[in-house]
Amino acid sequence: MKLDIHGGSCGHSCCLRVENLSVRIGADPILRDVNLHVHCGELVALIGPNGAGKSTFLKAVLGQREYEGVIAFSEPGQRSKKPRIGYVPQSPAFDPSDPVSVADLFACCMSKRPAFLGLGKAMRQKVLECLERVHGEDLIDKRVGTLSGGELQRVLLALALEPMPNILILDEPLSGVDVEGMETLMDMLDEIRKTYDLSILMTTHDFSMLPRYADQVVLIDRTVLIQGKPEAVLNSAEFSRAFHMKGGSL
Amino acid sequence: MSLWYALWDFLPLEMLHWDFMKNALLALLLMAPLFGLLSTMIVTGRMSFFSDALGHSAFTGIAIGAICGLAAPTWAAVGFSVVFALLFSYVRSRSNQAADTLIGVFSSSAVALGIFVATLGGGSFTKYNKYLIGDILSVTPGEIGMLALVLAAVLVFWTLYANRLTLTAIHPQLASSRGIPVGLSQTLFVTAIAVVVTLSISSVGLLILNSLLVLPAAAARNIARNLRQYHGFSVLFALAAGIAGLTVSYYSGCSAGAAISLILALIFAVTFCLRKVRA
Repeated sequence: MKLDIHGGSCGHSCCLRVENLSVRIGADPILRDVNLHVHCGELVALIGPNGAGKSTFLKAVLGQREYEGVIAFSEPGQRSKKPRIGYVPQSPAFDPSDPVSVADLFACCMSKRPAFLGLGKAMRQKVLECLERVHGEDLIDKRVGTLSGGELQRVLLALALEPMPNILILDEPLSGVDVEGMETLMDMLDEIRKTYDLSILMTTHDFSMLPRYADQVVLIDRTVLIQGKPEAVLNSAEFSRAFHMKGGSL
Repeated sequence: MSLWYALWDFLPLEMLHWDFMKNALLALLLMAPLFGLLSTMIVTGRMSFFSDALGHSAFTGIAIGAICGLAAPTWAAVGFSVVFALLFSYVRSRSNQAADTLIGVFSSSAVALGIFVATLGGGSFTKYNKYLIGDILSVTPGEIGMLALVLAAVLVFWTLYANRLTLTAIHPQLASSRGIPVGLSQTLFVTAIAVVVTLSISSVGLLILNSLLVLPAAAARNIARNLRQYHGFSVLFALAAGIAGLTVSYYSGCSAGAAISLILALIFAVTFCLRKVRA
């Protein structure tokens, strides 16, 4: 496993460069020979049928999974420090009975003062400022387990943006979100990307949003089948084979 | 202790004129916040059954310590419980099996080993009954001192680690992405539970221990809307049940541990009915 921090070799400024990545669970290869560059300020969508290895790929990038190959990060003009990765996990993982409010969740992540003692005024103000980025100030006292799919994604997004990361990774942010919520969320991501010149890597099963919002789409099924502009990938033979022949849904 | 004894002699409470009742009350006033706090994380981390299994492993450690002729088998039990907890954490992190299945495997193995060791060569099992049922009324000033030390250590640990433990319990992946060493946090927590359970079991018994480690937080979850209320209610319920249970036990002659557990169950039932008030 090798992690280094330097520029890419594709002629662009790369925030994430993955080369010859392979991941195994025991003797089973989950991913093999994956090559992928995420350029600075781009939104890259990772798509693929169920079991294609999308979540495993994200885990490897997050450093939560052993891998072979290279995962390298770089910032334009800089050559230093480990990158800050903002991560928005797949959403339906909070127990609805957990007595943890949105404010508590932020305090657990951002404050040294034990969250069970309550938030101080300054911390509460900071949480409100974070939620403001996703237009979610009214969610501060709600329990995380009771949030709707769209609300939870916005809260997790606000959390991932504090401190402002070098790259933002979202695992299926659109699942469990209604059509209106999807559009709101994607508009928000677009706005954040432009405001903060942030690179975004996300996995999704919803392809209708891709032509409007994604700069690059990468289709994987254990390895990269095709990558490029959304229209080119969505109209490719590889895409049809990966989804239609395997019974995937558009 | 003499100040504590003298304090209650001034009050017109008949039950607190007895030294054993003063000891039991002081022990409960220390145990309630201690277990009220720990129970919040045990329940959030879905480890209720694990604390029960740890109690049984502590009993096995005591049996092994006694057979080996140690003067203080409690310390053998602490060692055994910590090894048990660490081994369980290791296997859980390496296995695809559900946590409750693994707890069942470890718990039944520990109990079987304890009974095997205790009855080796035709030995009697009855002398270990006090660890299973326990009696808070026979708690000694030395044991109270130990409970006070454990409470102080847990408060320090909690102040430093509560946020990380909470995030690890509610969403390990999110915790990991925020740079929290999830495996280390879980290991520290199970080790802390192992030490607390084992040091407490010889003075108060498994029954009261387990009810105090699960029921206060379970009841608090029914009505709490945030972490502050969750911890506050949990400690409050543990304290109220402890004092009320001791009083009921004195006037009715029943086991204090059983009375405390039943009052906690009653509090759970009441909060269950009130759960709709939570947002």
